Amino acid sequence: MKLFVCVNQVPDTETKVKVGQDGKTIDRSEINLILNPYDEFAIEAALQLKDKFGGEVTYVSAGGDSHKEVIRKSLAMGGDKGIHIKTDSAGDSYSTAAILASALKDSGADIIFFGKQSIDYDDSAVGTMVAEMLGLPSASVVVKIDADEGAKKVICEREVEGGKETVELSLPCVITAQKGLNEPRYPSLKGIMAAKSKPIQEISAAPAEPLTEVIGMRKPAAKQGGRILGTDKSAVPELVRLLHEEAKVI
Amino acid sequence: MVQFGGVDYFNIESLLSAEEKLVRDTVRDFVSNEVIPIIEKHYREGTFPSHLIRKMGELGLLGPTLPAKYGCAEMNNMSYGLIMQELERGDSSIRSFASVQSGLVMYPIFTFGSEAQKDHWLPKLASGEAVGCFGLTEPDFGSNPGGMKTRAEKKEGRYVLNGAKMWITNGTVADVAVVWAKLDGKVRGFLVEKGTKGFTAPEMKGKHSLRASVTSELVFQDCEIPEENILPGSSGLKSPLMCLDQARYGIAWGAMGSAMACYDAALNYAKSRVQFDKPIAAFQITQEKLVYMLTEITKGQLLVHQLGRLKDQGKQKAVQISMAKRNNVHVALEIARLARTVLGANGILDEYPVMRHMANLESVYTYEGTHDIHTLIIGADITGLPAFN
Ligand SMILES: Cc1cc2nc3c(=O)[nH]c(=O)nc-3n(C[C@H](O)[C@H](O)[C@H](O)COP(=O)(O)OP(=O)(O)OC[C@H]3O[C@@H](n4cnc5c(N)ncnc54)[C@H](O)[C@@H]3O)c2cc1C
Repeated sequence: MKLFVCVNQVPDTETKVKVGQDGKTIDRSEINLILNPYDEFAIEAALQLKDKFGGEVTYVSAGGDSHKEVIRKSLAMGGDKGIHIKTDSAGDSYSTAAILASALKDSGADIIFFGKQSIDYDDSAVGTMVAEMLGLPSASVVVKIDADEGAKKVICEREVEGGKETVELSLPCVITAQKGLNEPRYPSLKGIMAAKSKPIQEISAAPAEPLTEVIGMRKPAAKQGGRILGTDKSAVPELVRLLHEEAKVI
Repeated sequence: MVQFGGVDYFNIESLLSAEEKLVRDTVRDFVSNEVIPIIEKHYREGTFPSHLIRKMGELGLLGPTLPAKYGCAEMNNMSYGLIMQELERGDSSIRSFASVQSGLVMYPIFTFGSEAQKDHWLPKLASGEAVGCFGLTEPDFGSNPGGMKTRAEKKEGRYVLNGAKMWITNGTVADVAVVWAKLDGKVRGFLVEKGTKGFTAPEMKGKHSLRASVTSELVFQDCEIPEENILPGSSGLKSPLMCLDQARYGIAWGAMGSAMACYDAALNYAKSRVQFDKPIAAFQITQEKLVYMLTEITKGQLLVHQLGRLKDQGKQKAVQISMAKRNNVHVALEIARLARTVLGANGILDEYPVMRHMANLESVYTYEGTHDIHTLIIGADITGLPAFN
């Protein structure tokens, strides 16, 4: 199978994000960048399919030079090669999808994997947009994959509100991975050494204009301390009233 | 629970290569996910988590600097140090296991062994299929192993071993013991396989420290081993001492792992524990403790970092390893003790890792050359006046 995994670099979940001077971007000076956690499920899914059916796993990442690091980490987990689409402009989900789609359109991919979302901007859009741009079927938020190479199809289980949905897709297709799909492997030391000699091809990005513009970014207001209305059942009516009138949640 | 994000006040991270960071992150995740959740139980019960051996092998943590042809990762010494640091953040016994297997068993087989010994043992030890131990210390010879009584005699194409070793990590569970014994008055290394007639390895009980590690006696009573089980390249006491240099290097790194775990626990606790209407972290005495811990960790990290770079260039000196082991274990123990006080009564509970690290570090302080012995090694070097021979 010809498998592609699109991987992104995001701020570490531990990082305390600061808004930059311009009030529109994240201050990247002091943050530790990591492989997007959902992409690890996508990588593991691709590697398992390769283990089963053979073939090749290629990682694709669009971004600045630091994105090579996430490609290397992915290659350390397994797989064969990387494509770094070099672009320094930030863009939005649409322009990122357009850049990836243009790099992938003649790839001959059987399946293109994504994480269900990047944990920085949380749009959950790039994977399905790429599918749309390439005219491919897609399944998002996938927690189980059954591939049938001969019949050129996959059956995916995806999470929907309150339950699971099973969908069948013909290949080629796009899948976005949800936590629970598998247990991503650790990059072993031998994998890390082997990754050093796996090729990463650098290509330039197709021109793509973002459709949205970030005009402001701010941190949520600091959490207020809780309020104790009472310690026995006499406090219940007041609690209900406040939940209804003030918090407007019931 | 928040994932451990490391302790790095001087951006030492920026001195690591991408590959070294990946190694560190792999082991850090492994320790967070597979060691920390189970280690207290093993510590309490006095058992080694043997299910982790194969996993460590799969990740490449055993003999990581040795050549790929033996199934090893062929990493540099910096990476080896980072592995030890992260493992000991989990528990000193996991690091001890890896130190012994890598520095005290695989290293001597690789360095002093015959081709046949290397081909036979190294791949098995790298994958974790086989476990090894290192028998140098004896009941009457600790700091001065040169006085050892264990003897080997050559007899009709075999060696016959007699004597006893004590305090041997992994002894009872080992498939192969690297045993140091005198042959015609000269210290040589021998490989003794588990189950060999005349060889027993009873476990030592009653430890208050390194409880999740197996420590054993090795007893040899007319134990006959084939002639080809001698390590042909070993010659004199300097051979086991070369092994100890490998392991001590890893200990100097490992101690920083314990220290980081204790500092992290103390910092988090101090920020959330409120007394006199304030988090205790707001009191100057607590801050002084935390600042001391972080400063000593930072100094210790820089010490092993430079030591690692020297070792990768083949320029490290044994006395530098002594200084790093001596300093880093000492400050780690101080940090563990201070962290214990910051946690108050909670500090003695096994809900927190602090007392476990503190008790473990008491062993680490003593093994691989006690703190005092390293003092005298460095002292002899700088004064030219050895305190002992
Ligand atoms: C948990 C654990 C695991 C171990 N694992 C192994 C192993 O796998 N293999 C192995 O071979 N050994 C192992 N050891 C043994 C360890 O290396 C020895 O305990 C160590 O070398 C010290 O020897 P000793 O305990 O006999 O102390 P001693 O040598 O009797 O020392 C007692 C005290 O006297 C001091 N002292 C001794 N000589 C001098 C001197 N000349 N000047 C000043 N002070 C001195 C020491 O610093 C110490 O404070 C292990 C020990 C422990 C606790």
